[in-house]
Amino acid sequence: MRFTKDHEWVEVDGDVATVGITAYAAEQLGDVVFVETPDVGKTFKAGDGFAVVESVKAASDVYAPISGEVIEANGALGDAPETVNAAPEAAGWFAKLKVANPAEVEALMDRHAYEAYLATL
Amino acid sequence: MAQDPKDQPLKVTPLHSAHLALGARMVPFAGYEMPVQYTEGVLKEHLWTREHAGLFDVSHMGQARLRGVAPLSAFEEIVPGDFINLKPGKQKYSVLLNRQGGIIDDLMAGRPDNDGLFVVVNGACKDNDFKVIENELAGQVVIERLEHRALLALQGPEAAAVFQHYAPEAASMVFMDVRVMTVFGVDLIVSRSGYTGEDGYEISVPAAVADDVWCVLLSDHRVKPIGLGARDSLRLEAGLPLYGHDLDETTSPIEGDLAFAVNKNRREQRDFPGAARIVAELVDKPARMRVALKVLEGAPAREGAEIADFDGNVIGVVTSGGFSPTLKQGIALGFVPPADAAPGTQLKVIVRGKPQACEVVKAPFVPHRYVRKLS
Repeated sequence: MRFTKDHEWVEVDGDVATVGITAYAAEQLGDVVFVETPDVGKTFKAGDGFAVVESVKAASDVYAPISGEVIEANGALGDAPETVNAAPEAAGWFAKLKVANPAEVEALMDRHAYEAYLATL
Repeated sequence: MAQDPKDQPLKVTPLHSAHLALGARMVPFAGYEMPVQYTEGVLKEHLWTREHAGLFDVSHMGQARLRGVAPLSAFEEIVPGDFINLKPGKQKYSVLLNRQGGIIDDLMAGRPDNDGLFVVVNGACKDNDFKVIENELAGQVVIERLEHRALLALQGPEAAAVFQHYAPEAASMVFMDVRVMTVFGVDLIVSRSGYTGEDGYEISVPAAVADDVWCVLLSDHRVKPIGLGARDSLRLEAGLPLYGHDLDETTSPIEGDLAFAVNKNRREQRDFPGAARIVAELVDKPARMRVALKVLEGAPAREGAEIADFDGNVIGVVTSGGFSPTLKQGIALGFVPPADAAPGTQLKVIVRGKPQACEVVKAPFVPHRYVRKLS
């Protein structure tokens, strides 16, 4: 699993990347009450706003950690947005992307580097 | 004024260290560092208040005494409510008006005793409010700002039983009663009111003992500390407007759906600021009306979202909105033309470019549970 400074995670299997938000991000947001996942078929560049996650208080953008086309969105979050809090780095995934540029994945932080980054916040 | 003075150091309330000890997440609000939530989070704090009792620090709000030869009639020069006939022991919700009939702030003003008026105004507006009152009522009232007092709100269906354990005389109060009473060995100014839609009390307490009173109330297992995040979602469910969002200096009380605050005798006398506009709006309807909207699909609609009719014409804007923890759906307050303001009207709200179905409903979203008479 790789991580961004904006607290998204990416897990790559072949040329498919599963994307979500980290446990730290979920904890900071508080109880998630609504998730807007991206439409299948849409293409994003790394850093584009690609999903929105909402708590009682506010809506927050989620950025595409890498470039690629959306091949699947996590429809289960529609009825159960609280899954993002319960299992942010597993069942609470947002979408699967077809990886456009594997080098973008390599450039992201590994868990050790991400945890070191969190310690600076 | 409603904006945060971001270039000034934040002030703290007498309960600041109590919030930190409870693990609160602190944010800037109205020039103060305030708890937005404690460890359980906004959703659980909200639901706890609806089921049990929540304790809020609202010491950022402005408390003052207005004294003078005839403070009630003087006060009527700047508000549209009937204060001359306000009985001792009662308080009223009102609005401070500018000369155009726009709302400078909304407030509570009451007579806890015979010592003039006790007023509570919004924290973000308080310096300007008291300046306006001082200017407009120069020579008629003297303002004493009660900066040495904290303000606590204890709200929820179990709030009354909790407080009455310490203050038995509070049991004889009904909604909008206000009294001075000695509890915990100090003088409190207590009103049976709040801004959550629940029964409860607002308790003005000397700053030196605020921490003690806070801790005593929290020691009851029915009480949890509640942050400003849940305070906002609770007031939204109660359909109550938030100054600086749903009301501002351009909004009249009629536009703001606060016609109840313009009393009948005052309408006839037309002797308050902006009376010509306000009385005309009562007869002919204003250009826009504050309405309550239930979002029927999609994401919660928040402040700034446009409201459209079914043909896609933008007819208004959301001024505050979010997710209702009680109803588990999006709810919002916003402004639309009077023709579209009737409950049942189907409209669209535009969230991130997508039109979503919504419906005008009668406020409140969640029924008020004020105690208006004693059983």
